[in-house]
Amino acid sequence: MDRLITLLPQLWDATVETLYVASAGLLLGGVGGLLLGMALYATRSGSLFPNRVVFGVLNVIVNTFRPIPFIILLAAVQPIARGIGLPGIGASFAIFAITIASLFAISRIVEQNLLTVRPGVVEAARAAGASRSRILFRLIPREGLGPLVLGYTFVVVALVDMTAMAGAIGAGGLGEFAINYGFKQFNPWVTWSAVLVIIIIVQLVQFVGNALARRVLRR
Amino acid sequence: MSFIRLTSATKTYPPQTKGSGPVVALDDVSLEIAAGEVCGIIGYSGAGKSTLLRLVNALETPTSGVVEIDGADITRFGERQLRRLRSDIGMIFQQFNLFDSRTVAGNVAYPLEVAGRSRDEIRARVAELLDFVGLAAKAQAYPEQLSGGQKQRVGIARALATSPRILLADEATSALDPDTTQEVLGLLRRVNRELGVTIVLITHEMEVIRVIADRVVVMERGRVIETGTVFDVLSAPQQPATARFVASVIDDVPRGDDLTALRARHDGRIVTLDVREGSAQADVFATLAAHGVRFEVVHGGINDIRGRVFGHLTLAVSGDQDAIARALAAASAYAPLTEEDTRG
Repeated sequence: MDRLITLLPQLWDATVETLYVASAGLLLGGVGGLLLGMALYATRSGSLFPNRVVFGVLNVIVNTFRPIPFIILLAAVQPIARGIGLPGIGASFAIFAITIASLFAISRIVEQNLLTVRPGVVEAARAAGASRSRILFRLIPREGLGPLVLGYTFVVVALVDMTAMAGAIGAGGLGEFAINYGFKQFNPWVTWSAVLVIIIIVQLVQFVGNALARRVLRR
Repeated sequence: MSFIRLTSATKTYPPQTKGSGPVVALDDVSLEIAAGEVCGIIGYSGAGKSTLLRLVNALETPTSGVVEIDGADITRFGERQLRRLRSDIGMIFQQFNLFDSRTVAGNVAYPLEVAGRSRDEIRARVAELLDFVGLAAKAQAYPEQLSGGQKQRVGIARALATSPRILLADEATSALDPDTTQEVLGLLRRVNRELGVTIVLITHEMEVIRVIADRVVVMERGRVIETGTVFDVLSAPQQPATARFVASVIDDVPRGDDLTALRARHDGRIVTLDVREGSAQADVFATLAAHGVRFEVVHGGINDIRGRVFGHLTLAVSGDQDAIARALAAASAYAPLTEEDTRG
């Protein structure tokens, strides 16, 4: 307990690092995943821009990367990061790896949530003279916004989890804090303090996400 | 010249399962619809009426054949021309297909936004349309706060936003209860009469056709099997499938169990009088009475389609056998009489 008090500054730094890495990952992976998810949605057969080849390729890529456990993905993408001039450890690398992992996860969530928009709505917009790209970029995201907000909320929680794992490769944050000062020094108080902070972050994110979704869905 | 004209329109889809043949949704359909008319297309599900309707605004393109609107072959239109065409054709749907993320006013505004109208113009037009469909008070409501009938009225207002000359109605009343159906059909009639909009509607309910259409097209398995004025088709259906649809709204001739029950109650002869324009119903009754024959009306109905009348009256006739024979022979000079099969 006393040890924890002396470590409070480090806990604070670790929290800031976790938030930084998770936010950056969410921003990059979120935008990339949104685009990739929309591409999957749009090219599926019977959709706005059906294209068997493009859909097939994207589908295989997503199915290849998405199931890789994050801790393995971290190691697996290290050569790629180095290849494009990024460091192979630390926060920047963690953001790189998290972006890749979340991009594929988010793309599926986006695709599935957009599929909840009734095809009749698309037909009504086309019958009104709207272009297909106008429907895809302006109408569909708005119509599917409620489920999308909930989907992204779910992803943020997963991102915090990934960020903690990235602590294993020197990315800092709460994961590294818990391992170095808690686990390795046999101090469960310290470990649980990291857990507590993560719980608070997750609860806050979930609360905000739910509130936003309620607002969008008007219920 | 007809306003909407389909010539040998055929639509086939690739096989659903490997090995089976292609699915023929429309098989060599030719059809003409005049400006200002209400044309009702009736058929069971899978008859191809939904595909046919979508050829008109090019949401579907025919595999072969020509679709002309106002003389222009729209199968040759590019995407930009098609978008302009669709702005000139409104469409309403069975499930309404409103945009849940938009208010009532936002839904009606959508086609106007797509057409690039100014903000002021949109505001004025939306107010005018909501007034027309009687939903001015609901402008800021969201679709989920409306009843089915109100949703369809929003659908109609949205479809009319750009002042189209054609309105396509895809089973527009099939999800509504009978009262609401009548209310929506009444609104569609106003759209046709007051705004002069040509309406093409598809339905599986002959009642909808009876109430609103001028002309009816009957479809079966991708083909048009019968067309005609609503009066002609309802009063004298030519095809068995048509007769089944007609029987759902017009049940003026006793058949099957009804006839058996009548026969059990009446031991005399049972004849059905064909009532139509030019048949002299009064003379038939007068002739029967003059021959000393007693009769009562046991079944029947008179239908009034836009002021034209047709129907059937079934009479149970009793009395002296010879007198009945003479009376029926004399009466048949005034109107067609059919003996209901005495063997039942």
